[in-house]
Amino acid sequence: MRKLQILFLSGLLVSAVILYFIFHFNQYQGHSSQNILTIFNWGDYIDQTLIERFEKETGITVIYETFDSNEAMMTKIEQGGTTYDIAVPSEYMIDKMRQEKLLMPLEHEKLPNLKYIDERFMDLPFDPGNKYSIPYFWGTVGITYNTKLLPNKEFNSWNDLWDPALKNEIILIDGAREIIGMGLNSLGYSLNDTNPKHLKEAYEKLSQLTPNVKAIVGDENKLLMQNNEAAVAVIWSGDAADIMFENDAIDYVIPEEGSNLWFDNIVIPKTAKNVEAAHQFINFMLDPKIAAQNTEYVAYSTPNKEALKYIDSEMVEDERFYPPPALTKKLEVYENLGKKNLATYNDLFLEFKMYGK
Amino acid sequence: MHNKHIRRIYMIPYALWITLFVITPIILVGYYSFFDIEGNLSIVNYQKFFTPVYLKMTLSSFWYAFLITLISLIIAYPTAFFLTKTKHKQLWLLLIIVPSWVNLLLKAYAFIGIFGKYGPTNYFLEWIGIGTKQILFTDFSFIFVAVYIFIPFMILPIFNALNELSPSFIDAANDLGASRWATFRRVIFPLTLDGVKTGCQIVFIPALSLFMLTRLIAGNRVITLGTAIEQHFLVTQDWGMGATIAVFLMLIMFIFMILTGKDV
Repeated sequence: MRKLQILFLSGLLVSAVILYFIFHFNQYQGHSSQNILTIFNWGDYIDQTLIERFEKETGITVIYETFDSNEAMMTKIEQGGTTYDIAVPSEYMIDKMRQEKLLMPLEHEKLPNLKYIDERFMDLPFDPGNKYSIPYFWGTVGITYNTKLLPNKEFNSWNDLWDPALKNEIILIDGAREIIGMGLNSLGYSLNDTNPKHLKEAYEKLSQLTPNVKAIVGDENKLLMQNNEAAVAVIWSGDAADIMFENDAIDYVIPEEGSNLWFDNIVIPKTAKNVEAAHQFINFMLDPKIAAQNTEYVAYSTPNKEALKYIDSEMVEDERFYPPPALTKKLEVYENLGKKNLATYNDLFLEFKMYGK
Repeated sequence: MHNKHIRRIYMIPYALWITLFVITPIILVGYYSFFDIEGNLSIVNYQKFFTPVYLKMTLSSFWYAFLITLISLIIAYPTAFFLTKTKHKQLWLLLIIVPSWVNLLLKAYAFIGIFGKYGPTNYFLEWIGIGTKQILFTDFSFIFVAVYIFIPFMILPIFNALNELSPSFIDAANDLGASRWATFRRVIFPLTLDGVKTGCQIVFIPALSLFMLTRLIAGNRVITLGTAIEQHFLVTQDWGMGATIAVFLMLIMFIFMILTGKDV
């Protein structure tokens, strides 16, 4: 009996010690020093030499951490263990974070370089007046295909996916907005459409696509396309660029009916301790030459109009990643449709997944 | 008197555990299931569950879980039987258990490679003249990987049951002139039935709510109740519907426990 009591007590003691260390480390991570800037970004989403340059120019020490999903990023910021000064969420997350009061309003007068951002990408529905966010990179949803596996096939329209010759060859992205949006777009409707009749039509059209669908997956799509596992994928342009880098046979196209326009954006989360340095960093990244260097490294599409002048013309003239104005006009940003409409989208998507092969 | 007091103190962790981590969550799941997506009190989720979409999903989850359990059992019983006959049985058993120490996600990713178009399985099929087949993202690959993951949990209880079976029963059956088949059917199998039941429970119940494999291995072409719960909680944020599915999942499991339980 006594032994058990000792065991119990020592257990308590060990927990107390661990708790103490956790508090200690949290405090350490909360480094309140003025000269530290903590950046929370997607993996491999910045040219590291730019961080070194920023440190040299300003004397601010940068701590750089990465995340791999918007949800994981938001959870960490909500939790508040680390005082991130900069984060880079996608546009739909901005709306959510704003509602949860996790964002700090930007002081535009501290960002003179903001004028270089293309007007097309300013004042978008997810953040009117760019109160909380500045676009960092942008892209589209489109079709990647393997020109070696499909030598005679050309893709211009979403409807090309319904070709019976593509039986069991298509990989779709596992996202309700993307896929239901694709169905709506293929019928000529807006991808923000909430008309139940149009949604039903889109669902019925999508269910006819099922014989061609090999799988509906997340990030694995990159691996599957790179390894010639599937011939066609509906995918985000950023991922497409990654695959094209690995496999020469892959091409990407934005369908002519239009598609989604997405953004990753720089924000200052509520956890920020060094707001001054955060603004300095945002302004630094908006500098056209610096934005150009970053774009050449990351290879996504930059919203910085002035930066385009300094980027390798081959990259800027690539219509797959910088679509011509006629096509850009047809691209739409996802609007926050509200929980109820989003639930309808998700229910239809679930039904589509369950539709027999 | 003193002893009784101490015993009560030792009951505290158990009672705390059960209240905090078993009873409270179940009550919470039940509670959430009565809220619609706007946060209003309603039974709309239950009505929704009885629409063809969710009924079909329930049936298909049930069917896949049943197949996974059945195939695991068919493979596990002879394996366990064989293991009890080997010389270093604990070692052989350990070798079967070791893979379950490896992270599930890693194993799933490994199978994406193994079953891929240019993976070793198709290389082999090509070599023996059958030709490349689509293996990944099919029912076959889903059930195969699920069985692979669950089979140690089926083998263990059956192995224990067989191992504890006194050889004198078998000797007695032999002496009384029973054939080998009769010995198995009349003596060995009934006496190890408890192990089989435990194994079936341990496999069937998690198999019913599998979700990660449905995406990685079945490419979301197999949708189980687990997938739907995941989607409702993480994507739609319709916690009410997710909770409702969880309520039904618990009901199904409860019924299954009673059916396979030891004389409940």
